[in-house]
Amino acid sequence: MKGKRSLFMVFKWIIALLVTAFFAFPLVFLVINSFRDKMDIVDNPLSFSGTLSFQNFINAFDRMEYLRSFTNSLVVTVCSAVAIMFFASMLAFFLARFETKVNKTIFYVLVISMIVPFQAIMIPFVYIYGQLHLLNSMPALMFYYLGFGLSLTTFMYHGFIKRLSVSLEEAAGIEGASLFTIFWKVVFPQLKPITSTTFVLNVLWFWNDYLLPSLVLIQKSRTLPLATYTFFGTFTSDYGIAMAGLMLSMIPIIIFYIFMQKNIVGGITDGAVK
Amino acid sequence: MYLNTNFKQKMKYFLIFAAFPLFAFLVVLIIPFLLGATLSFTNWNGVQFSKLVGLQNYVNALQDPRFIGSMLLTFKYVFFSVILVNVVGFSIALLVTSNIRGKNILRSIFFVPNLLGGVLLGFIWQFIFSRILVYFGEATNLPLFSNSWLVDPNMAFWAMVVVTIWQQAGYMMLIYIAGIVGISSDMIEAASIDGASPIRQLFQIKMPLMAQSFTICLFMTLKNAFMMFDVNLALTKGGPYNATELITLNIYNDAFLNQNYGTAQAKAIMFFIVVSVIALIQVSISKRKELD
Repeated sequence: MKGKRSLFMVFKWIIALLVTAFFAFPLVFLVINSFRDKMDIVDNPLSFSGTLSFQNFINAFDRMEYLRSFTNSLVVTVCSAVAIMFFASMLAFFLARFETKVNKTIFYVLVISMIVPFQAIMIPFVYIYGQLHLLNSMPALMFYYLGFGLSLTTFMYHGFIKRLSVSLEEAAGIEGASLFTIFWKVVFPQLKPITSTTFVLNVLWFWNDYLLPSLVLIQKSRTLPLATYTFFGTFTSDYGIAMAGLMLSMIPIIIFYIFMQKNIVGGITDGAVK
Repeated sequence: MYLNTNFKQKMKYFLIFAAFPLFAFLVVLIIPFLLGATLSFTNWNGVQFSKLVGLQNYVNALQDPRFIGSMLLTFKYVFFSVILVNVVGFSIALLVTSNIRGKNILRSIFFVPNLLGGVLLGFIWQFIFSRILVYFGEATNLPLFSNSWLVDPNMAFWAMVVVTIWQQAGYMMLIYIAGIVGISSDMIEAASIDGASPIRQLFQIKMPLMAQSFTICLFMTLKNAFMMFDVNLALTKGGPYNATELITLNIYNDAFLNQNYGTAQAKAIMFFIVVSVIALIQVSISKRKELD
């Protein structure tokens, strides 16, 4: 029995080591090679040989117009996530508290729309908004994210609001507060857990999204994934700079993870169960 | 207070609370969807259309061998990535919930790839497959890595599956961890006292109690696999020789590279139907679970 148990432990350790190696090694080589010279990488991509320097980062920072792409990404992500939070919570409240036939229908349409893959909308979408000259603008992109992201966030808020007791809201109503005030002063603070969940999920989506911004944005307003895409395409032969570029694109989200770890993990788990 | 609101007040509330987001939803999602469904039955060329052509676009799509190929490839990709992502995700969840040192660091290592976004993942692995592994193969004489996986039509498919595992296993791990933590420790203790081996505990107690987590992860990975686009684009661009072009990329290329808007839209509608059927199955399964 004891021998069998220790064999099991050895087996477990080997598996653990292999899996960890599989998950870690791409990032390890990415980090190492981002500090190395092009020729050294061609020579041997597996070692530390040659001089390590920040030169690749300095070049990549310039060439991918990092500051501008980073700012664009930040503005699009934060504004879109805040807009969805604001509008979806209000919509969910309205649909949950006034369950008329019309509102029930609206809710069902929102739920069903979650099935629709982006590819089914993409072509007419580009056609319509191209004709209207509403591509190539960041505010337009935020509006599109509101349209595409509305249903899931509303659905999650709706489920949460349905379980809240209305007595607090009624008390505020008797004191003469308007419904708008009641929602923001009384209801919204109680929605904090679901707000955190949906906010995290939306931020990760918008920050990393490639396809929609690639169809909507042009050169000067492009986001970080777009800048990375063009940049990497240009530097496929100079892996040092290319790796440094990838590192630069990764750093913001890693920092976000370090500070928001609990919320991210909680958001994903809660989001999945609902 | 909500029940005795009159119609006029409701209209006012609708304007304040619902009108703007529903407008966005309508013009961004519903109208393009309906327009797209309509245009798939016309001779639309991306600029204008003059007549209805019935099912012609659908016939053209189904006669396009590249489309059929990418459809079959997508099913193959869905099959392997769903199984492997879940096997790896569940295994690493077991690993980080067992009494092993450095659990929290391991958890982060497994999860971080998921945060990076498909484009970055694709590029990181492009470097790994075409440089690191090839060099490793030469140094160790391993034939498996002697050529870049990305230039071999068959291996490029597996490269995509590997990157998918790297991307998604950590996400599924989080959901499985929640399931494992939710199992009451009394059950496990009782089983240990009765002499059930760890393996038996896993298969006969833990896994049945986690049925819900498996359902969630199964459908999430199914959806992710059908929708896969970014990694496909950044890692292989569908190559070599279109051998790894998944359905989403095929639609994209057909529309924006080949300008076959009508056919591409017909493909998109068929893709929508496939995804809907899977979603309906999911809903009916979770409804049945709720009744139990």
